[in-house]
Amino acid sequence: MGTQKITIEPVTRIEGHAKVTIHMKDDGSVEHAYLHVNEFRGFEKFCEGRLYFEMPSITPRICGICPVSHHLASAKAGDVLQGTPPPRPASLLRELMHMGQVIQSHGMHFFELAGPDLLLGFDADPAIRNVVGLIGANAPLTLQAVNLRKFGQEIIRITGGRRIHPNFAVPGGVNKALHPKERDEILQGLDQAIATIQTAIQIMKGWAEANQEVINRFAVFSTGYFGLVTPQNSLELYDGDIRLVDAAGKQLEKFNDQKYLDYIAEHVESWSYLKFPYYKKMGWPQGVYRVGPLGRLNASDQLDTPLANAEFKLFRAIGNGRPVEHTLYYHYARLIEALFAAEKVRVLLDDPDILSTDILNTHKDYRGEGVGVLEAPRGTLFHHYWADETGKLTRVNLIVATGHNNWAMSNAVDSVAKTYVKGPNVTEGMLNRVEAAIRAYDPCLSCSTHAIGQMPIEVEFIDPQGNCIQTVSRG
Amino acid sequence: MAKPKVSSDWLAGCAGCHMSLLDMDERIIKVAELVDLRATPITDLKEPDASGVDVGVLEGGINNTTNEEVVKTMRKRCKVLVALGDCAVFGGVPALRNFFTIEESLRRAYVETESTDSEGKIPDDPELCHPTRVRALSEVVPVDVFVPGCPPDADVIFYVLAELAQGRVPVLKDDLLHWH
Repeated sequence: MGTQKITIEPVTRIEGHAKVTIHMKDDGSVEHAYLHVNEFRGFEKFCEGRLYFEMPSITPRICGICPVSHHLASAKAGDVLQGTPPPRPASLLRELMHMGQVIQSHGMHFFELAGPDLLLGFDADPAIRNVVGLIGANAPLTLQAVNLRKFGQEIIRITGGRRIHPNFAVPGGVNKALHPKERDEILQGLDQAIATIQTAIQIMKGWAEANQEVINRFAVFSTGYFGLVTPQNSLELYDGDIRLVDAAGKQLEKFNDQKYLDYIAEHVESWSYLKFPYYKKMGWPQGVYRVGPLGRLNASDQLDTPLANAEFKLFRAIGNGRPVEHTLYYHYARLIEALFAAEKVRVLLDDPDILSTDILNTHKDYRGEGVGVLEAPRGTLFHHYWADETGKLTRVNLIVATGHNNWAMSNAVDSVAKTYVKGPNVTEGMLNRVEAAIRAYDPCLSCSTHAIGQMPIEVEFIDPQGNCIQTVSRG
Repeated sequence: MAKPKVSSDWLAGCAGCHMSLLDMDERIIKVAELVDLRATPITDLKEPDASGVDVGVLEGGINNTTNEEVVKTMRKRCKVLVALGDCAVFGGVPALRNFFTIEESLRRAYVETESTDSEGKIPDDPELCHPTRVRALSEVVPVDVFVPGCPPDADVIFYVLAELAQGRVPVLKDDLLHWH
């Protein structure tokens, strides 16, 4: 029997559509494993001809998990395009909505998507290795998790009218001020949300302690790291310059978001609908970097809220002065960010400007081009629009959070497959670890395939003539 | 009576309808009591049971060859098929692509975009599906229950699932069709 190919389709507990093919050697070891992102939607084309101010309504339909990211990035691009920097209260309110999203997205990922692997085990029966299984294993904890997600979603609803695909940010500001009662309603749930996140952090740290060996051999590799920072190089999620550090943590660049085309480019591979961004000066593939929670914490020097910063110091100590390279520590980094976002909610709600009704700048200085960038839960999101003098879009370019991690996810899949998958008797648990490598990055493939959309897993064994010998799938 | 088996999947959409399902908050625990959740994007079974499920729920329209296969398999294996959300019901925002040719859309994404490097090319590996015209589910298979909304409210999804779980066909009218 010659080369075999295993296909995992669909990859589950991730957002969107993907499959993995694992090419095996004669001796049952892995030759190479590929992550194929298998959907194409075409937002960059079909938004041409729309009006730029429609984009905060259209682009959230790229992703229903983090619609707020697209909603706000789109409005930010519109701010620049029509020359209307938003008044401070509007920026605070947008940031508040964004923190709600980070809390719900990160919280849901830890408990509902990745949690079953950590809490029930990589080798648990796939029929119960899910959120329903978690309810069975620990109902009170699951209920806390549900309520954490609810807390984040309610911030989005209170600001934007609805939990998914809200209608709030417009170029130049927002369309609704915050009522004092609404502020108090959010504040009421905040302590519990923080307590739940802290519980999750304890669970994660306990798991890490018990599984140190797994963490150390599970897709650990060097890349650059990329994310928004404040002028003092603190973590920033809504608005700031972009910082790129190298594998040793040394700053390579710090640049204004409007100039992104000078620094990053996207590579295309024939086997994936998801493109591969890289740092232009180093070229492809030397210039690959990671984004999202691990990327951002590695690119930051500190966090500006006390609880999260204390945890951040413990996190960075893992790297001993260098960036943390372990794929599985994405889960830890994600929870630290959730804690940061929750603390940030209080900072924002305590700001006297948060209740101001000065929420829209109507003095336009129309430029016809604008870039909007922020840190989506999964990484740095770019919206770039060009419009004619009537406001009709002539060109649209999007670089979506998950895309930046495409090389890293592909490499993690290959690395984990080589570490854990051994033929001829491939088990479901081996394949689940390959999926878990993808899950750690919390990819949003609908986003990344705005451009794309679906992520399934099935494994095929292929002989050297290309015939499929065996298919292993879950179902 | 055995719990009704429910399977779901997402196609050319944004996952927002599944997120709206989670927005029923603590009622999700009630749903888990009422139904047996089989293959879904948030569970680890990969496709609807070959022996069949009672309810199949699909979010998103059909915009490629893989989606077509998923829809046909689901139709074959489920007794009641639910089109969840605007994309599944009539194509939704992704159907805007139908104003352009597929070639134009692919060229923009993989060759012409300003950030794509000079070696950009349209992905064409045999492992990948082929994009097609974007269609509503009912253009490809018969659909039993239509639940519009972008996304439909969590309350509506809860009502639909609870009715189906108790062997009734949900009727959507008045407040249940209210657009937020």
